[in-house]
Amino acid sequence: MHPILKLVVQRIALGLLLLLAVSAVIFLGVEALPGDTAQAILGQQATPEALANLREKMGLNQPPLTRYFQWLGGILTGDLGKALTNGADIATSIGQRLGNTLFLAGCAAVIAVPLAIILGLVAARYAGKWPDKVISGITLTTISLPEFVAAYFVIYIFTQAIPIFQPVAMVFPGMSFWAKLQAVALPVIVLVLVVLAHMMRMTRAAILNVMQSAYIETAELKGLSPMTVIWKHAFPNAIAPVVSVVMLNLAYLVVGVVVVEVVFGYNALGQYLVDHVTKRDLPVVQAVGLIFAAVYIFLNMAADIIGILANPRLRHPK
Amino acid sequence: MRIPLSALIGLILTGIFLFVAIFAQWIAPYAINDVSGGQWEGPSAKFWLGTDTIGRDILSRLIYGAQITIFVALASSLLAFSLGAFLGFLAAVKGGWIDQVLSRTVDLVMAVPSLIVALVMLSVLPLNLTVLILVMGILDSTRVFRLSRAVAADIAVMDFVEAARLRGEKGIWVIFREILPNALSPLVAEFGLRFIFAVLFISTLSFLGLGIQPPLADWGGMVKENKDGLIYGKSAALLPAAAIAALAISVNLVADWILTRTSSLKGGRGG
Repeated sequence: MHPILKLVVQRIALGLLLLLAVSAVIFLGVEALPGDTAQAILGQQATPEALANLREKMGLNQPPLTRYFQWLGGILTGDLGKALTNGADIATSIGQRLGNTLFLAGCAAVIAVPLAIILGLVAARYAGKWPDKVISGITLTTISLPEFVAAYFVIYIFTQAIPIFQPVAMVFPGMSFWAKLQAVALPVIVLVLVVLAHMMRMTRAAILNVMQSAYIETAELKGLSPMTVIWKHAFPNAIAPVVSVVMLNLAYLVVGVVVVEVVFGYNALGQYLVDHVTKRDLPVVQAVGLIFAAVYIFLNMAADIIGILANPRLRHPK
Repeated sequence: MRIPLSALIGLILTGIFLFVAIFAQWIAPYAINDVSGGQWEGPSAKFWLGTDTIGRDILSRLIYGAQITIFVALASSLLAFSLGAFLGFLAAVKGGWIDQVLSRTVDLVMAVPSLIVALVMLSVLPLNLTVLILVMGILDSTRVFRLSRAVAADIAVMDFVEAARLRGEKGIWVIFREILPNALSPLVAEFGLRFIFAVLFISTLSFLGLGIQPPLADWGGMVKENKDGLIYGKSAALLPAAAIAALAISVNLVADWILTRTSSLKGGRGG
């Protein structure tokens, strides 16, 4: 087997193994914590008989390992069980919300990625001069803000100081694509702000790292303009680290969307998760938690694989 | 030694926040849950920063909020730190299966965002201060573990550690008397970063309604209480939000400075 293919296959296998282990932690680890689903449904005053009946009915008296494999089997066949609170089918509830979450995160990514790379290039070009200092200062501030704090400042600016947006983001089936875009404008601005800083700083660091190579000095001594040196010589060699940076930060969006959806009352997966944590609806929390974990693990895996593929030393082994 | 301006500003602000947090009971003009004015009053001589959604003095609640926010963040970052550093040193010194078990467990926990893990755990556990501190501290100890294991692995191969081992010292002695003193400076800067992370984490949990519960109030919870006012132009929610940002930025400035200082120190000592 080609060594690069072997590395990629190994990385995918590791990702799947990790996902399996995480699913076990989400299911069995939570079982081990104090607290009992039957008790949670019936409340503290429940009689022992009622508790025993409910446990029997829900299959809670089977050993945890058996229930774990039943749960895992259900997930693989698309059956996520029913919510404790209203008996709704979890897979159906997740279906439409997942689309909304991906739409929001996708819009944020489409804006944030090119913007972060351009700003990173500019900051690297003027490293230590004022454009770099201004960009770095602003990004250092946004890194220090939790998502919801950034969100309320953005809401205040765009609904009170310059009233051009609505403070809530409502999307519903049948809405035109353009109307949807308008509805998510504010949450997208917040998410872009949140991931932009990390992405831009790491892009800048990756480019500056390459800039110390000898061939960059040669290019400079040839008399090429600084932007040509960066664009033609430094950037192609910095693509691998930059792409991994981008992937890692897209993974960071997973956390961002949860909070931002709650802030804007955006009916999607994150809001659904937080709602059901409050209601202590364990089956929903486990299912949605696993989805978020899977997306996060997948993006991290993709970052590593792109890193492997983009590395010429691995592509052309001796 | 000259302290750069940014670090000086950070130090002074951090000091003020700590002072306010410690002496909250004496500084705050009103009690934490005193309903003493109308809803969302503007700033006045009576209420310097106005009142909140049910007419409580915002300044007083911010002062008490500083206390609870900083206390919880400090407690959980101390826990994260002692647990992570001890296990990290242990893994580096002992190696073998202890290292394998600890490192793979940490890999597993870090494979999922902390907020998601915390949400899953908090859907089962009771919501109180002890649980919050334990959950945040344990989750964050994974990051301290990785750093301290790497730092200790560099130190563990040095001659003086070898000498201690040959003297027949036990693992605990090696950890506390040989490795800890030499690993302290990079870990101090890390402590600042862990503290900021804890502040942001507890604020986010409280904002989601899963952190500190009433009658106690932290800054994240205050943003949650007052967020609906923003639509009517009442900016009460922005004050606790600004407090979170100010605390995080000031500690960041100090940690940045310690980080550059310790790395130059390390260079001076020849590695």
